[in-house]
Amino acid sequence: MKTCLAFLAVWLVCSVCLPARGQSVAVIKLAQLGPLLNKTDDTLRVVNFWATWCAPCVKELPQFEAVRQKYADRKLSVLLVNLDEPDALETKVKPFVKKRNLRSRVVLLDEPDQNAWIEKIAPEWSGALPMTLVVNRAKNIRKFIGKAVKEGELETIINAYKPQ
Amino acid sequence: MRKSKLLPGMAMLLAVLLMSMRFVSDGYKVGDTVADFKLKNVDGKAVSLADRKDVKGYIIAFTCNTCPVAKAYESRIIALNEQFAPKGYPVVAIQSNDEQRSPGDSYGAMQQRARGKSYGFPYLHDETQAVAKAFGATNTPHMFVLKKEGDAYKVAYIGAIDNNQRDAAAADKKYVEQAVTELLAGKPVTMPTARAIGCGIKWRDA
Repeated sequence: MKTCLAFLAVWLVCSVCLPARGQSVAVIKLAQLGPLLNKTDDTLRVVNFWATWCAPCVKELPQFEAVRQKYADRKLSVLLVNLDEPDALETKVKPFVKKRNLRSRVVLLDEPDQNAWIEKIAPEWSGALPMTLVVNRAKNIRKFIGKAVKEGELETIINAYKPQ
Repeated sequence: MRKSKLLPGMAMLLAVLLMSMRFVSDGYKVGDTVADFKLKNVDGKAVSLADRKDVKGYIIAFTCNTCPVAKAYESRIIALNEQFAPKGYPVVAIQSNDEQRSPGDSYGAMQQRARGKSYGFPYLHDETQAVAKAFGATNTPHMFVLKKEGDAYKVAYIGAIDNNQRDAAAADKKYVEQAVTELLAGKPVTMPTARAIGCGIKWRDA
């Protein structure tokens, strides 16, 4: 089953013939993340908070890649907010993104005082990883998922909001 | 007549339901009295809060063997016990991860861990996850400082150990240490909650 999925993943990537460009991982501050979450355009944003050391996060990442591809022709974007330590950017995060061939936008949030920012991102969030937000400020859409997403759960949520 | 009495009640219920949906955990809040529990320690014996009559409170640590954040904080949990057990605030560690989803957190693995690191405090197996749910614990590590008032244990602090996961020496806000120190001095806890990134508790599949 796993091998099957791996083949499928390879096939999917090859079939769309993406240029082998290196995915960059920008290091950002909360002040830059806030505007990304609160854009008032008509794009539905799926924002996942993860870390390379978080096993359930790593396991669910393919689901985010899958919805990004499935809804590529809709107004939907996927943002993967990495919460590894900033000094793991070159040693862990970038190699991980390359190895997994992640095509979604990945940023590393560099904000050491976690107590100061976790609540600002989501008041109902304790800080447990993984965490996912599905948001669109203009349409007043905000769905908080405080644990790993189940198979198919993302699509159900996305479909409910009918991205154009 | 009956209807008019029923409606405000239903509206109230709805309001309460809606309000409760705003919080991730329906567990204890600061100031709540906790219900005692009975969990199996790594030595095979059952442990309850009421077992110890000589304490002023407890430092409850929801932690585990496997989470990198919990591992980073393990020595700090041991140090908290060494610092505060003699003063009446011993540590009680509780492991609530489902062992199907996290085999490294089985009871046997817990026993090995506690022995290997010579834990000077109980390391309890919350096999049914009922205690984690009652507390509203969501992370590892997730700390709850309890203050004994009469026979009741009241929640005085909920959250992180300090504000620097990677480096204990670099942490300039030691939330648990500060809370217990204030309680020992008879002062109110100035910082009763603090959040931190951690591993989600591995809940059993419903």
